[in-house]
This record gives sequence, structure tokens and C-alpha cells, in this order.
Amino acid sequence: MEPIVIVGTGLAGYGVARELRKMDATVPIVLLSRDGAEQYAKPNLSAALAAGHTPERLVQASAEDVANKLRADVRPFSVVTAIDPEARTLTVNGTALKYRDLVLAVGADPLRPPFLTAEVAADGRVLQVNDLADYRRWRDRLAGVQRVVVIGAGLIGVEFASDLVAAGKTVTVVDMGTQPLGRLLPPEAAEVMRGQLQAAGVQWRLGQGIAQLNLGPDAVEVVLQDGQQVTGELILVAIGLSPRLDLARQAGLKTARAIVVDAHLATSAPHIYALGDCAEVAGQWLPYVAPLLHGAKALAATLSGQPMAVAYPPMPVIVKTPPCPTVVLTPPQGSIWQTTHEGANVRALAHDAFGGLRGFALMGANVADRTTLARQVVST
Amino acid sequence: MADDFKTFRCIVCGFEYSEAAGLPDEGIAPGTRWADIPGDWCCPDCGSAKEDFDMVEI
Repeated sequence: MEPIVIVGTGLAGYGVARELRKMDATVPIVLLSRDGAEQYAKPNLSAALAAGHTPERLVQASAEDVANKLRADVRPFSVVTAIDPEARTLTVNGTALKYRDLVLAVGADPLRPPFLTAEVAADGRVLQVNDLADYRRWRDRLAGVQRVVVIGAGLIGVEFASDLVAAGKTVTVVDMGTQPLGRLLPPEAAEVMRGQLQAAGVQWRLGQGIAQLNLGPDAVEVVLQDGQQVTGELILVAIGLSPRLDLARQAGLKTARAIVVDAHLATSAPHIYALGDCAEVAGQWLPYVAPLLHGAKALAATLSGQPMAVAYPPMPVIVKTPPCPTVVLTPPQGSIWQTTHEGANVRALAHDAFGGLRGFALMGANVADRTTLARQVVST
Repeated sequence: MADDFKTFRCIVCGFEYSEAAGLPDEGIAPGTRWADIPGDWCCPDCGSAKEDFDMVEI
């Protein structure tokens, strides 16, 4: 019998394999990874420094451990170059592999801005971090560095900035937006986040685009559009993610912002599914852990012969910024925010036109109300 | 009753819930058994569901 082949061994790939093995003890499973296929949790990358964890400490299991535990065939350093949906085969390291069902869990690449030219990337002091291998390079570079510039005040940018100041680094965060987490938080809450992180030592350069980077002998100059400069011995570029689409496009699958899948995570080709950061599910691109875990459970059921559509409960995003603990459930467009706060304890609720609770942002002590509030959210 | 409190670890991010310690700042008192935590509770660090936790063998 042909195996179920899963491409990608991040939280999505291993998540599907784990859930599938719970439901079907015997179906053959092959997991392919471009890297060493070590099991680790990516959310830990932006909090490991202050936790005193080395990259090695973040590895939860080796490829071999996972293979034994899941009774699966895990193949590290396996590069998939082509998929033939009709023949239900894919080309791995140059050889053909037949599949019964194929799951694409290939994730996303960090968005590369124009100022991150090939020359700048080759310099080695301007990095992007979206997996454990990136993180190892990042930590190697960080040793002996004091001044760090983080480009991007989104989820990853603010989490890394918090982790870096907690470790005593001098940190400046640059963003074109006028507030951190501008897309996730209402303005009043974003202002509290800015203030709390500043109090913890983060310096901000907001409302500023980047003109170019100058590679100086002992530091990199980040030249802002107004001509001002910020210098850093190490630069993190965290301005967003770009779903990996080349395999899907080569195979003729429908793509938009990400690989297009329906509520059963099925792509436009039979026997090919996708989930995680590389997929948009019923029009929604949700590059977070919680949606991926719900997807993994539903897909495992579907692959075991009991088709199950993904049904997301409210999934608050937990922002790991210790100086300003935050939980946010982003409401649909058009919801109306009401924000109250005492000092850094923010409670912001978003209601729709009918008064239904559709989202919230909690900061400081209020994060404790997360579960009770999530229960009151009106689902779409 | 032997109070052999257990610890449960989130398989996604490694957060550990200790029955002995509870989660006071989430309104979960020390000594709260895993079974008594509501089913829709989720990991405070990464939001994974309660069922995505393994018991830690000590």
C-alpha cells in the first residue's frame, strides 16, 4: 500500500503525523524534510534567550526519536523538486516516490525587503529567523554583540525585542507603522505595549521606512527614509512571512496568497492536502500555532476515512512580551473597539453592530480572563 | 490520600502545568488536578488545547 507522504516536519507536518498515528496504527507514513527534521516548537525561538535555553535545548526529539515513536519513515535532508498529481508521485532527491495521499506542510519564508540585497545577505550580520537552523546562526552571531536592530514591530519583532532587552542587549525596533502590533491591537493597547517595552529598554523608531543598509567595518548602518541612521552590530529583519508556493505551483495547484485549500484542507488536486503557514483555509491565512493544531486533527480524521472539516473555535494569540503580557483575539473587519485600562492593565473588547463580542485584547493582569472571555465570543 | 501531584507538558511549546502549583494568576488554585481543569482551557504560552499535553514521567 502506498504511504501517506508529508512534506515538512515543523509543527504542522509532525502534528498531522502524530494525530494520524493516534487514529490509524498501521498506515505507512513518510515524512520528508529539507533539514535535519529535528522536532522543536518554533514559538520557543523568540523566548529562548531570557529562558536561558540554547538552541540545542529547544530540540524536543531527533528525527530518529520521532520515527521510532510514531513508527514513521522520517527522511531528513530530502528535497522535493516536483509533484505529479496524476501519477501520484513526487521527486525526492532525484528519485520518484509514490503516495496514496500527499500533505504539504512546507511553511513560509520570511518576507525579503528590497534593501536585503544579495550582498547584504552575504555579509552575515543581517539575518532572518524562521526555523531552528536560522536560530542557531542568529545565536552564534549574537554572542559578543551589544547593539541589535530589529526591523519589524509585528509579533516576531516585539517578541524578539523583549527577549533581547531581557538579556541585556541594546535594542532598537524600526517599523513603517506608527505603533507596534499595529495590525493586531487597537491603538490604545498598542500604545501601552510601546510604553511598557520602552520602559524595559526597547528604543523605537516608528513611522519610518528604510532607505538602505550600509555595511560598515564594525556595524551596519540602517538608513531611514528621513535620513536618520540607527546602527547595530546585528540586524533582525522580521517584516512578515511569505508562504512557500513553488512546489504547489509546479504541480499546477491553485494558489492565491497561499496554497488554496477548502475546509477539509484539500487542494485543487485530488489526494493532495495542505496546512500550516503555507496554506489558506477557506480563504483565511492564519500563520499561528492554534489553527494548525485544529487542522492537523481534522486532516488526520479525513486521512483515516472519516472526513472532518476544520472548525476553528476562538483562537486568541498569545504575545510573549514579558514586560507587557498580551493576549489578543483579532475581530473581523468593521468591529468596534472599546478600550479601558488602569496603567498597563488593558481590557479592550470588540463588538459587532449587533453587540456580539467578536474580539478582545487583554494586557497585564487581565490576561487571566482569556479563557472566560473566549467562551463569550460570538463565532462567525 | 497520597498527594502524588503530577506535571503535564505541552507537546507544542514545552510549557509545564504542575498540579501542585496550579496557575494562580489564571484562577487555577494550587493542587488543582489535571482532570479538574476545564476542557477548553489552553496552554498559556502557545494556545494549544488541553489534549495536546503529555503527562511528564518523573
